Amino acid sequence: MIELQNVAVGYGGTDLLAEMTLKLVPGSFHFLTGPSGAGKTTFLKLCYAELLPSTGFIGLFGQDVRRMGRDDIARTRQRIGVVHQDCQFLDHLPVAENIALPLTVAGRHVDVGELKELINWVGLRAQSNALPPQLSGGERQRAALARAVMTSPEVILADEPTGNLDWEMSLRLLALLVELNKMGKTVVIATHDLNLIRQAKAQISARVLRIAGRRLHLAGADL
Amino acid sequence: MIRTVISLFRSDVNPADRVVPPSSYTANLTVLTAAAMAFLAVFALALSMASGRLADRWSDALARSATVRISAPPEQAEIQTQAVLEALKSTPGVASYRVLGDDEMKKLLNPWFGPDLPVETLPLPTLIELTETAQGMDAEGLRLRLAAEAPGAVLDDHTRWRRPLVEAAGRLRLLGGLSLLLIGGAMAGMITLAAQASLAANGQVIRTLRLVGARDTFIARAFERRFTIRGLLGAAAGTLIGMLAVAMLPSANAAGGFLTGLGFTGWGWLWPLILPPLAAVVSFWATRAAARHMLRGIR
Repeated sequence: MIELQNVAVGYGGTDLLAEMTLKLVPGSFHFLTGPSGAGKTTFLKLCYAELLPSTGFIGLFGQDVRRMGRDDIARTRQRIGVVHQDCQFLDHLPVAENIALPLTVAGRHVDVGELKELINWVGLRAQSNALPPQLSGGERQRAALARAVMTSPEVILADEPTGNLDWEMSLRLLALLVELNKMGKTVVIATHDLNLIRQAKAQISARVLRIAGRRLHLAGADL
Repeated sequence: MIRTVISLFRSDVNPADRVVPPSSYTANLTVLTAAAMAFLAVFALALSMASGRLADRWSDALARSATVRISAPPEQAEIQTQAVLEALKSTPGVASYRVLGDDEMKKLLNPWFGPDLPVETLPLPTLIELTETAQGMDAEGLRLRLAAEAPGAVLDDHTRWRRPLVEAAGRLRLLGGLSLLLIGGAMAGMITLAAQASLAANGQVIRTLRLVGARDTFIARAFERRFTIRGLLGAAAGTLIGMLAVAMLPSANAAGGFLTGLGFTGWGWLWPLILPPLAAVVSFWATRAAARHMLRGIR
């Protein structure tokens, strides 16, 4: 599904991450932890081809990311739902249209019934016609999650999805991601919230990856 | 049907086009640029067409007439005149000819020497004016024949007058065409800048679209459609105003000069109508080039 072999990535000649090897299998649940600035977002960007590795191999659904054309990348991103740290909405479109955006850009039919169902699932029925700037932090994160799963992707990558949320809202969002994982989706959550990880591990089998010293480590026993 | 056509002009109706925020100043700038350029293009086109007509008119008017000038000693004048008339009579392509009388000679010389010129006392050459048929005559052949039969006769088919006039008119036409090209180029440049500004202003929108899986074609098309429609509408307005302005110019018949002949005639009025679609094509390609260039920088 997503495979990294001895991957390094850097800016201006300095490696930010190095010697990373990982294979995400279908239906798995991973947490990615590490201090701020460790490279969690960079790691996720490698997973949806926004960044290319300096060295090493990254395979996305069996394709070498270096050999993918721009259209291949676009098609691959339709199979990967990403919840960005800053959500990244189109502020001039209502929430419902933002959530349907992955289908719109793919030229696929938007089933209004399914869209409403999804909006209800993330608890945003009352806000579906609001513009993104009118939403609270928690509502934005849930809208971003709804958009990420709109095309029923095989992988969901969430970058600090609970970063700006209170504990109650974080748990609600986690519950949605756990539910998606139970539906067979592969989930990767980048977070530094250890309580959230403990809460998740109580519900599902999750692997915890830690970025430290520019390298990716398997953690978990200490959590 | 009407709704479909209207929806084509309302980019916000198409969900794929709605991904680009509604009108910005750059979109309005495109309309204004297209309108101004189309307005100028109408005049360049009118100039080009008027020059073409002028070249044809001068060429036609001068090409059909010629003059034979007979400069011979007084005792030879009548004999040579008769010889020339005989030669013209049997020359194919000569429709008519006549010897200019004293009054006509006086009229010709009037602008230079005044009305009191005693024509009969001056050693003026005899002038024979001839008109060619539509097929024209063999001027070189006639010249050779006149040289043999009337050595004092010189055929002037106005070539040396006609050529520079026709060349001047042809160059004016060329300038008109060149102006059209420059206007088109300037419009393409301005629309490219407007499109680039719009794309840059919507950089975050474009990045978001790429992140949710939009292909370059999808993103570029949303901008292309918007700018093409704006270019088309702007140029249509500019063309219309330009055509009205040309129509309001003084009539060619009023003064008969070149400047008053600047305009369109008959089917020529249809020519400006190609400007709006042409502007749309220019807008489309200018926006496409700007969009592709911008997208190359976003992964």
